[in-house]
Amino acid sequence: MKAETRNYWLRAGAAIAFLLVVALVINFAAHGTFLQPDNVVRVLRQITYNFIMGVGETFVIITAGIDLSIGSLISLTGVVMALFANATGLHGFPLVAATLLVGLAVGAAAGFVNAVPVVKLNLPPFITTLAMMQIALGLSYILSGGQPVPLQMTDFQHTGYGVIPHTKIPYPVIWMIVVLIISSVLLMRTRFGRYVFAIGGNEEAARLAGVNVGRVKTAVYVISGMCAAIVGFLYMSLFSSGSPQTATGNEMLNAIAAVVVGGTSLMGGRGAIIGTFFGALLIGFLDNAMNLLQINSYLQWVVLGVVILLAVVLDELRKRYLKRA
Amino acid sequence: MRGIGKTFPGVRALEDVSLDLYAGEIHALVGENGAGKSTLMKILAGAQRADSGEIAIDGKTVTIDSPRTAENLGVGMIYQEFNLVPALNAVDNIVLGNEPAKGLLLDERAARARAEAVFSELAISLPLTVETSQLRVAQQQLIEIAKVLSRHARIIVMDEPTAALTDREITKLFEVIRALKARGVGIVYISHRLEELPQIADRVTVLRDGRVIETRAAKDFPPDEIIRAMVGRRLESHFPELPPVAPGAAVALKVQDLTRPPAVNGVSFEVRQGEIVGLAGLVGAGRTEIVRAIAGADVPQKGTIEVQGRVIRIRSPHDGIDAGFAFITEDRKAQGLVLGMSVRENVTLAHLGQFVERDQLIDRRKEEQTTREYIDQLQIRTPSTEQLVRNLSGGNQQKVVLAKWLLGNAKVFLFDEPTRGIDVGAKAEIYDLMVKLAAGGAGIVMVSSELPEVLGMAHRILVIRGGQIVREFARADATPDAVIAAATGAAA
Repeated sequence: MKAETRNYWLRAGAAIAFLLVVALVINFAAHGTFLQPDNVVRVLRQITYNFIMGVGETFVIITAGIDLSIGSLISLTGVVMALFANATGLHGFPLVAATLLVGLAVGAAAGFVNAVPVVKLNLPPFITTLAMMQIALGLSYILSGGQPVPLQMTDFQHTGYGVIPHTKIPYPVIWMIVVLIISSVLLMRTRFGRYVFAIGGNEEAARLAGVNVGRVKTAVYVISGMCAAIVGFLYMSLFSSGSPQTATGNEMLNAIAAVVVGGTSLMGGRGAIIGTFFGALLIGFLDNAMNLLQINSYLQWVVLGVVILLAVVLDELRKRYLKRA
Repeated sequence: MRGIGKTFPGVRALEDVSLDLYAGEIHALVGENGAGKSTLMKILAGAQRADSGEIAIDGKTVTIDSPRTAENLGVGMIYQEFNLVPALNAVDNIVLGNEPAKGLLLDERAARARAEAVFSELAISLPLTVETSQLRVAQQQLIEIAKVLSRHARIIVMDEPTAALTDREITKLFEVIRALKARGVGIVYISHRLEELPQIADRVTVLRDGRVIETRAAKDFPPDEIIRAMVGRRLESHFPELPPVAPGAAVALKVQDLTRPPAVNGVSFEVRQGEIVGLAGLVGAGRTEIVRAIAGADVPQKGTIEVQGRVIRIRSPHDGIDAGFAFITEDRKAQGLVLGMSVRENVTLAHLGQFVERDQLIDRRKEEQTTREYIDQLQIRTPSTEQLVRNLSGGNQQKVVLAKWLLGNAKVFLFDEPTRGIDVGAKAEIYDLMVKLAAGGAGIVMVSSELPEVLGMAHRILVIRGGQIVREFARADATPDAVIAAATGAAA
């Protein structure tokens, strides 16, 4: 096996082993309730949202950017999709598909607006996406009148909280797996993905090698907006309404935490979708475990913060160790 | 400074260099690019440390281990790139890091008084409260001088102070320098403008290849003799034989009236297939900017570019690659490579399209195979195709850059300092490769600051000065003295 491949599997194996140990410890502490199938499925469903947001954020962060607007975009796309679904006369699959497409279009448009000042004027994405965070939140309140917009039909319930017949696998988990596969292939196997890494590693070298830097950067913000739209769609289906209050402000931070815990460098040029998956999984484990153990929810925040800090510190130490070796 | 030596990995930058400077003396330091002037001055300023030798100030041996120590010892540096904070005004810049205070608060009146005192002493007037970024270069330079002087500098190093000034500003600068001299300040004056030395300098020291060649009173050291000392008699080194350009060879590249102010001002030339054209000139003459504008790295303001007779429009590096250019940049780490990517990923980056199947996925196996071919062909020393480029030596990194551009079968190769900072063996391999490319019918433009390289590796030499072609030499007529004279503007 080639060194790089071996290294990849070593790292993935280490991550899985680590998570397994964490899971066993938690399970022991929680008197065996943690690893019960129902609970495992619950964790998987819970991390779906965080993971899918983290996927978009992973693309952005590998280009050395950041997208702060994704939390608000969940609310905005949810509200728009709920209003659309109620207004259109469609039913069944066409309704669901059309609604999703509308949401994706809104998310993509917001991502495009995020990217334009970054690409054209070289403004920091921190600022443009911060502005979009406010704009999208404001718009979602204006469009909804400040109240949740209840769906007037039941066509969405499967995508929200249903399970695949005769199994315990929830539909959102299927979404997660599909997003995981598509985004991994896009990032690891296509020209676009290679350019994403190259831009994060050395933007000027990428440009001089003929990479259309503006187009690739625009695309990553569009992808990020569309990932937020998928989460908006899943939440809307779950709650049977689109609400401006869906985004509480923590979603975006949790997504960035999953990306960073998963080993993607905030400096750009390095990262992986599977890492974000493991990051989301670890955070999901801890969340769930602390709930099972009835740990004070304020303390949970502290623990989460410490985990994020530990993850980046360990990663940095690992890099220094490798450099010395 | 006595017996100063400094070695960088693979390069002996300074060897037993001694330089003395009297109070109230203006001592000019000249030499070609890479002769060791900057390194010597950085050692004096504490930015780098010498491997051997000693420095004495006022007869006392001192250890300069940081810029701070240098400053405390009265050494002031004025680099070509100023160290001013653009958003601060003249007063704030002058007192920066050294602010007079009343308790916890800044004492603005004292700061202003200090700045005004220095200005009046030098008989200069400047707007004190305007942001530095709004001032002209010459004014910024005066602020730099006032800044080092306000720190009681007794030794001031000026690196190419007149490079960006107009004639009138130079006259003013010289008055200020003479005022400094009258105060007893010793000045090391680094310049490429040989013609101004008799006006301003007391003595001239010539450095070449890290050694002092000669120190002489400026009035007895005419420019042509300085040039001879700068260039020296070199061993004609290991350059391969250039194949002659076929008499009827077609034009590979034709550039007309290429303009992109301020660095490129109306450049026209042709390169035939199989021909290597060298662009010679001093740092800042506009050579790099010319090739950047051709390659699409910068968009020219006007001018036309033809490749093999076809006029092409280039608005980005991508267009340049489509038109058949390969642009090997001067700074491989900043512009040529993605250091955190593997050899394979760097080699294929500019031509990934060749490795994409109909399913739009990259064919890793094909990438690896091609990369391995180039590793063999160019003898890149790397453990595998997957090694991160960061971990390779300079010469091998440069070969990765070359592999990246060989992959595209370009019609015109633009080399900017192709052998900078790499060892002799890798240099020879790169020269052989250039010859091979030329023999294969490519047109080659090579920018180089190493005069022997330009003289040894080009069929024709264009001397650039002020963003224009000032002289053209056929290989047979090009002597080091003549090229340097044209590049510095000295009449020769």
